[in-house]
Amino acid sequence: MAPAVVLLLGWMLVPLVMTLYFSFKKYLPLRGGDLGWVGFENYVRFVSSSSFWPAVATTLIIVGGVLVITVLLGIALALLLDQPIWGQGVVRILVIAPFFVMPTVSGLVWKNMFMDPVNGFFAHLWRVFGAEPIQWLSHASMPSLVMIISWQWLPFATLILLTAIQSLDNEQLEAAEMDGARPLSRFWFVILPHLARAITVVILIQTIFLLSIFAEIFVTTAGAFGTKTLTYLIFQRVLESQNVGLGSAGGVYAIILANIVAVFLLRVVGKNLDA
Amino acid sequence: MARAVTTRRKAVTSVIAWTVATLIFFPILWIFVLSLKTEGDAIKTPLEILGSTWTLESYAVVQERSDYFKHFTNSVIVAVGSTLLGILVAVPAAWSMAFVPSKRTRGILMWMLSTKMLPAVGVLYPIYLLFIELGILDSRIGLVIVLMLINLPIIVWMLYTYFREIPAEILEAARMDGAGMRSELLYVLTPMAIPGIASTILLNVILAWNEAFWTLNLTAAKAAPLTAFIASYSSPEGLFYAKLSAASVMAIAPILVMGWFSQKQLVRGLTFGAVK
Repeated sequence: MAPAVVLLLGWMLVPLVMTLYFSFKKYLPLRGGDLGWVGFENYVRFVSSSSFWPAVATTLIIVGGVLVITVLLGIALALLLDQPIWGQGVVRILVIAPFFVMPTVSGLVWKNMFMDPVNGFFAHLWRVFGAEPIQWLSHASMPSLVMIISWQWLPFATLILLTAIQSLDNEQLEAAEMDGARPLSRFWFVILPHLARAITVVILIQTIFLLSIFAEIFVTTAGAFGTKTLTYLIFQRVLESQNVGLGSAGGVYAIILANIVAVFLLRVVGKNLDA
Repeated sequence: MARAVTTRRKAVTSVIAWTVATLIFFPILWIFVLSLKTEGDAIKTPLEILGSTWTLESYAVVQERSDYFKHFTNSVIVAVGSTLLGILVAVPAAWSMAFVPSKRTRGILMWMLSTKMLPAVGVLYPIYLLFIELGILDSRIGLVIVLMLINLPIIVWMLYTYFREIPAEILEAARMDGAGMRSELLYVLTPMAIPGIASTILLNVILAWNEAFWTLNLTAAKAAPLTAFIASYSSPEGLFYAKLSAASVMAIAPILVMGWFSQKQLVRGLTFGAVK
């Protein structure tokens, strides 16, 4: 077991200690390098900068929006795919496909082939109905991004919820049916409680991944039009403006935030270990 | 009692399901169509596009102008290399935790999982700096190492859940029959572990192939895998829909096929065994 533990320990501790170290320094690699210790100044400046709260809002909208869409549609889709249908295997394959598309491809394909206001598919569609095409990524940037990312994550939610539904004991449903429970109350009182755990897992895992969404924003808006998330803001501070101290302080905030979510996820996963 | 399903009901659900599935799959289908068109045709209206001539030209152009296969090779080396290296490191760990669990096993597993949740951007600069110092920025070996490390927790976890399902009684039976440690490993455990290891490899190649934070930030022209190569289309010149489509189709096709084979493992791997 030793090599794996040592490697992961190094992978976690070395960069973490470095980030902490830089976060207490004024460090501008291209403009003078290490300019000494500044205490908590970077931490204060990061949260008091004018782009901090908008970035928090953007992050929350993306995470919240995508979670709501993928969980609700995911439940609906999982219920649908659980029904007897012709060509079930093929339908499943089609529904799951977006999850395997690399983030840069889905970002660029949606941006150009679908959301482009001149040549995009939606623009053509809008014109058919005599409507003015929408400037998706500039005038409706947040809904557009939420839509792109939801498209990528819907298969994940669907697949996990479907797996959970299929593990439901059929006799339980039949008993409910014999007792005269209508479809809606069967869903509400039998299926949904059974799915509770899977839904929690979907929400927690997606939150972890959605908090660090990067490539989709990088190739579509590059952070413009109010789409700068916390992750993207930190990336810009560190690599684009090379203000490493400030960016590192932001990094520490991001780590703390992710850890809060992680504690809950670990608790759910941990329960399973005892079983 | 099996529930009776009327044919009519099945027909209705089938139509709904197929419609929804086609809508979800449509963007992928559409880039496949566009990749078989000329640049001039690819920006016309959808109906005109379907009616225009079909050609494989874009696939040839992408390779010619951008050395596509170099980036494809980078992706293969990075995805497969990081996965195999990860397996090599993870098998002994998962093995001992599954067969010789100690009081600390649970804690170690949970801690490994928690490293997966460290946001990449929080350690972006240190890694970037270390890569410069070690001279491995924009190198395949650097990417192999980083991707191995970020996927290591998933690899250990998946292997652990698979290994734990191998019944310990089989080992005892083998021992009773006089099998030594070596033959026990070679003839009893390894054959039983191979399906689990194969599934783990499959899922992790997919994850590494699509990883798009470190590949974008740690590579330039030389070691860029397909994720980073495709991103270069975000600042395009002139007509490029057909070329972008062709490049995208080639980038996602192998992984789509692998993905369809790994549906079950996907659930197990990405939920760390919490949903099976």
